[in-house]
Amino acid sequence: MPELLDPRAIGADLARRDGAAKVRGTATYAFETPVERPAFAQIVQASVPLGRITTVDTSAVDGLPGVLAVLTATTAERLASDEDRELAVLQDDEVAFRGQPVGVVVAETSELARQAADLLRFTYAERTHDSELTVDHPELYAPEKVNAGHPTDTADGDVAAAMATAHATVEQTYATAMYHNNPLEPHATTALWEPAAEVPLTLWDSTQGVHPARAAVAKVFGLDEERIRVVCPYVGGGFGSKGTPHANLVLAAMAARALPGRPVRLALTRQQMFFLAGYRTPTIQRMQLAADRTGRLQAIAIDVVEQTSRIKEFAEQTGVPTRMMYASPNRRTTHRVAPLDVPVPSWMRAPGECPGMFGPEVALDELAEALGMDPVELRIRNEPETDPDSGKPWSSRNLVACLREGAQRFGWAERPPAGHRDGDWLVGTGVASSVYPTMRQATSTATVRFEAGRYAVEIGAADLGTGAWTVLPQIAADALDVPVDDVEVRIGDTRYPTASVAGGSSGTNTWGSAIVVAADAFREKFGGAPSDGDEVSGDVDQAAKDSDHAAYAFGAQFAEVRVHADTGELRVPRLYGVFAAGRIVNPRTARSQLIGGMTMGLSMALHENSVWDPRIGQVVNHDLAEYHIAVNADVADMQAHWLDEHDPFVNVMGSKGIGEIGITGTAAAVVNAVHRATGIRVRDLPVTLDKVLAGLP
Amino acid sequence: MDAEISLTVDGEPRRLTVDTRTTLLDALRERLGNPSPKKGCDHGQCGACTVLLDGDRALSCLALAVAHDGAEITTADGLAVGGELHPVQQAFVDRDAFQCGYCTPGQICSAVGVLDEVRRGWPSAATPDLGAEPELSHAEVAERMSGNLCRCAAYVNIVPAVQQAGGVTA
Repeated sequence: MPELLDPRAIGADLARRDGAAKVRGTATYAFETPVERPAFAQIVQASVPLGRITTVDTSAVDGLPGVLAVLTATTAERLASDEDRELAVLQDDEVAFRGQPVGVVVAETSELARQAADLLRFTYAERTHDSELTVDHPELYAPEKVNAGHPTDTADGDVAAAMATAHATVEQTYATAMYHNNPLEPHATTALWEPAAEVPLTLWDSTQGVHPARAAVAKVFGLDEERIRVVCPYVGGGFGSKGTPHANLVLAAMAARALPGRPVRLALTRQQMFFLAGYRTPTIQRMQLAADRTGRLQAIAIDVVEQTSRIKEFAEQTGVPTRMMYASPNRRTTHRVAPLDVPVPSWMRAPGECPGMFGPEVALDELAEALGMDPVELRIRNEPETDPDSGKPWSSRNLVACLREGAQRFGWAERPPAGHRDGDWLVGTGVASSVYPTMRQATSTATVRFEAGRYAVEIGAADLGTGAWTVLPQIAADALDVPVDDVEVRIGDTRYPTASVAGGSSGTNTWGSAIVVAADAFREKFGGAPSDGDEVSGDVDQAAKDSDHAAYAFGAQFAEVRVHADTGELRVPRLYGVFAAGRIVNPRTARSQLIGGMTMGLSMALHENSVWDPRIGQVVNHDLAEYHIAVNADVADMQAHWLDEHDPFVNVMGSKGIGEIGITGTAAAVVNAVHRATGIRVRDLPVTLDKVLAGLP
Repeated sequence: MDAEISLTVDGEPRRLTVDTRTTLLDALRERLGNPSPKKGCDHGQCGACTVLLDGDRALSCLALAVAHDGAEITTADGLAVGGELHPVQQAFVDRDAFQCGYCTPGQICSAVGVLDEVRRGWPSAATPDLGAEPELSHAEVAERMSGNLCRCAAYVNIVPAVQQAGGVTA
């Protein structure tokens, strides 16, 4: 068991180090990288949902002054690897989904690039496509594994037998919508190809991981990683969509390689992000719950149906939280996936846990109702002593404490009765649990160097707004036993040592562990009085790793909802979350992450819905006017709290990761509150007023 | 077609040639190298490009540069006079009213505009009494700031930051 760092800088409420640059707007994002004479690239997208390009007519563009390059499948370079079919763009005349890139135009100005892109003419031989997810889709299959390497199916005991004999059961189907990550900064790259240089390809890219992005590009282009530099000091939000490279990065590099020596800027438009930047699959979740008279679960089962793209499999691990949240002797979880002619789904904040804490947490509310039991108490009654999935003891599990603390802060005991009316408004309260696994990635290296009386820490980490610029110095300071102001951290560049992707809420756990290893080695080698230039590196795989415990962060969310009795308008005046996520490294940035996740969960509950038209094979509301996300006026009294949790098993910081847990369970808490207010159980997200209007009393 | 125009950007007079299709946002970002106003949607749907145009908040992606010859533009960067943060900017740092920072310059310009609009007595949809002077209540600030999307969802911190800058202790 590692001894936790003595927290001095850790736990301090420090303002962001990049704060001044961000409030002035001088922090430079990928597209804004200062370069000489940039050219501008514009992607052209396929206008059929499936088929083959039959002709490409560039005549309207040929000879247009200022157009520098037109790349199509006919003219683009052949890539070294087309294994990843999302990234293998412009390699053949096949169109696998509407909106797939079929060309890219580079011009002297962005206006001209857009004009030229519009002037390209493609004709297609269209084939009948299939882009509609249905619960009984004929091609449903069981993937080999689901995302993050989880088994596709699990089974313990006999769910059917328990369902047949239990005192109370719930058997319902729930659905979550298709969601698009929509970071405010569109995916963008400034790319430069200098063939004679030692590092010929430089990509200033908006990415959640400079090293993973470099590895992907190296493979696609058949270049050694040492011949590529990826730089990303700031990311304008990612939420998973910048965790794996998408076609735009390959196209930017291709465009740059077509114009040696000329930097090329390429950004997706907001509309293109609905085709090319990943998304969360819609899910259909068939839930079964069985309980005895006292509320103890006798069975819990989730059968998930969701979609993937026909050209690249991504199977969201929606059933995973049902494997470990609650005790039950009988359990089944399955995933079936429909391969469709659709854009490639990918990571979106808390893949698996986010949709997978919707169906089960609403079903539990329905079970509580069937049993006539308080839903907080029902959850407490089903607390497992050990992890039902792995059988291991918990590194720490404080779900019950979160539920109790949240109930107390929220005033749960004094909540109004079901169907309470306050003037024109029906008022209800709801609860749901939150969970997210505690992860640490296998690779990351940090270097600690003494420079002019200060300590420089270098690691190719990414700050997506999560606070890495600020939090990593806090960890380094405590590991080196120096004031935090004596530490400078440098991140976001492949010139620094290899770092893992900022994903799975694992950044601080992984990079922080590597930094502590490096700091310990530094002190061991150079003592307390180092000389200028003294330097040591440390790897995360040298950090103590516990594999004897199941490690998760837990939480509980409490929502108050008001539904207008005449119009069905929904408001959420209060949303409180209490989390147990190990030691919080910086309470200021941590709170922002938690309320950010909760607000995105609120947004999922009330607004978000990528409306798919299966006739044409695309999202029809593909911009921010029609794909609604929560705005300022949607959020009122939102509070995030955390318990002082000491977990000696997770890592030497005692931290669990907080970027994703806030979005899990939120939508269920809101739906449960809507039911309490109105008696209407909405089982398909989002809860829009048309779904409650007809049932209002 | 190109046109030559003059703009005063963050206090500095600039002459530049723009395509008549160039938006004010692209003129600032791509022609003058001022990265402070951000492009989030290019359709006036997100607010990231908000600047102060002749003193009022405006979506620079919905304005054609050629139509604003002679205009005075202040970006978030220009609010920090002599490098010292504007009270709204300082309040955003104090309250951690942002994460990724991409919507932030637009939020800041919008907030400066909001405080001015409230000072001038302009009502909003959230103003309870149209005859009275509007106050910087939570509802009032949240309503007026709702044209600026923040996907990191710092809204809970943005409102008290704007109130703080407006002299209200929340």
